[in-house]
Amino acid sequence: MIQVRGLHKSFGSQHVLTGIDLDIEEGTTCVILGGSGSGKTVLMKHMIGLLKPDRGEVLVDGEDIVPMGPEELERVRRKFGMVFQAAALFDSMSVYENVAFPLREHRRISEAESREIVRQKLEIVGLRNVEEKFPADLSGGMRKRVGLARAIVLEPKIVLYDEPTTGLDPITTDYVDEMILDAKRKLRVTSVVISHDVASAFKVADKIAFLSQGRIVQQGPPSELRRSEHPAVKLFLQTWFGKM
Amino acid sequence: MNTSEFHSAGGDSSGHAGRPRTPGALVQALEVLGRSVLGALETLGGVATLGWQVARWAVRRPYRVQNLFAQLDFVGVGSTFIVGLTGLFSGMVFAHQSSRAFEMFDAESLVGPTVALVLTRELAPVFSALMVTMRAGSAMCTELGTMRVTEQVDALETMAVNPIQYLLVPRVIAGLVMVPLLTMVFNAAGITGAYAVAVLGKGVSAGTFISRTQQWVDPEDLFESLIKGAVFGLAVSLIACFKGYYASGGAKGVGQATTEAMVASALAIVVLDYLVGVLLH
Ligand SMILES: Nc1ncnc2c1ncn2[C@@H]1O[C@H](COP(=O)(O)OP(=O)(O)O)[C@@H](O)[C@H]1O
Ligand SMILES: [Mg+2]
Repeated sequence: MIQVRGLHKSFGSQHVLTGIDLDIEEGTTCVILGGSGSGKTVLMKHMIGLLKPDRGEVLVDGEDIVPMGPEELERVRRKFGMVFQAAALFDSMSVYENVAFPLREHRRISEAESREIVRQKLEIVGLRNVEEKFPADLSGGMRKRVGLARAIVLEPKIVLYDEPTTGLDPITTDYVDEMILDAKRKLRVTSVVISHDVASAFKVADKIAFLSQGRIVQQGPPSELRRSEHPAVKLFLQTWFGKM
Repeated sequence: MNTSEFHSAGGDSSGHAGRPRTPGALVQALEVLGRSVLGALETLGGVATLGWQVARWAVRRPYRVQNLFAQLDFVGVGSTFIVGLTGLFSGMVFAHQSSRAFEMFDAESLVGPTVALVLTRELAPVFSALMVTMRAGSAMCTELGTMRVTEQVDALETMAVNPIQYLLVPRVIAGLVMVPLLTMVFNAAGITGAYAVAVLGKGVSAGTFISRTQQWVDPEDLFESLIKGAVFGLAVSLIACFKGYYASGGAKGVGQATTEAMVASALAIVVLDYLVGVLLH
């Protein structure tokens, strides 16, 4: 469970987050919607301690991670997997080494077992026979899926997805949506998903939070958000559902 | 409050009739100087802080042996040829020039010790560190900078792997260990070059060259070589790591960080050369 309380973050004179309050229950999927540059990625990076806020708290299973040093954060981060917007694969390593990286760091398993786990995870994201390729030889969409496989390889309790489907074709997008739903149903994974894709958002979300001008201007179940009277939310949803 | 604001506003407008004041050339020059001094101090502080963190993470498990060997290989083995070649030619040039001078008062027998002393005390550590900076430091800085701006460093952190321990510790250790060894390679190549020029080219007898060199060069001179090599190696690898690790602003930012790292490393080498020289004698 993740609780964000009164989070403020500025870069120089730019106030990116100005008082974020957000609760994400265990075993649910929360989708964060918002325009480009509204601070979605910055918010997500606070949830895993990659950025420190100017003010506010981030509670993960009841522990405030804001004051934590690197050692303590490492312990908390073992609960997490994160998919980066631009995949962030290690380009000095092959696809296999990328996906196996968390396994090698945190599990004592044989090479054969690791091969098998990596093969399974790659298959979940719809990739076969790419293990020996290098990230530079893959398309953007394929890289993204390798990033997904790497994030879920340790079967973490919480997965953060930064635009997991942006730039993917509709079929693969569907795959990823199903993957998020599956993880929730089978493993009670808590997911936080940043998205631009309203259709995906309404399909996978238990809760949608709409970020605008540094605040969550509206949060609630999809049905509630659909009826929102907030102008920014209405404008954003109109692009998908059309004017009402 | 109000009155003082009124006074200052009134004072300005009466003096310059609304025209913005253009600062004199001296003021501008001082500003530029001040800013670059502040920038240098900031880098110094940042490098020192990072050095402390690297030291702390270096003594902790897990030890990244594989990464360390990769870096030792890259920094050390990979630089051997270029450092050896630089050493050889430095020794040859120096022997050639000094023998021309010594010829004037029939003292060619001193070519060996002169070259050996200058090499061990100054040229070998400085040139080896410069070659390592250009070859390995630049690569370290761009690689780390690229990893930073493409969020690979963040990705490491989210996988509960400390990036300082995983990425920086092996690089800094490689600089610290390998530059002194390369300095010895430089020394050996340099003396060989000097021997070739003096003995084969200028007709100094081999026996004289060797005995005179042995007579004048002490183990302390080689020790100075090693100490300087270690200090420079530590400094240039830390600077490259610092600039790369904290790079920002995409490909352009990485390029700029690498330029800054090269300039800062070269400056650090000449300044430290003086400081270590003073401290040792
Ligand atoms: N490390 C940083 N330094 C300075 N500004 C940043 C940094 N990270 C993000 N920003 C700024 O914060 C704003 C929000 O960024 P981001 O969270 O990436 O937006 P998005 O909602 O598209 O993910 C942007 O204007 C960006 O320029
Ligand atoms: Mg983003």
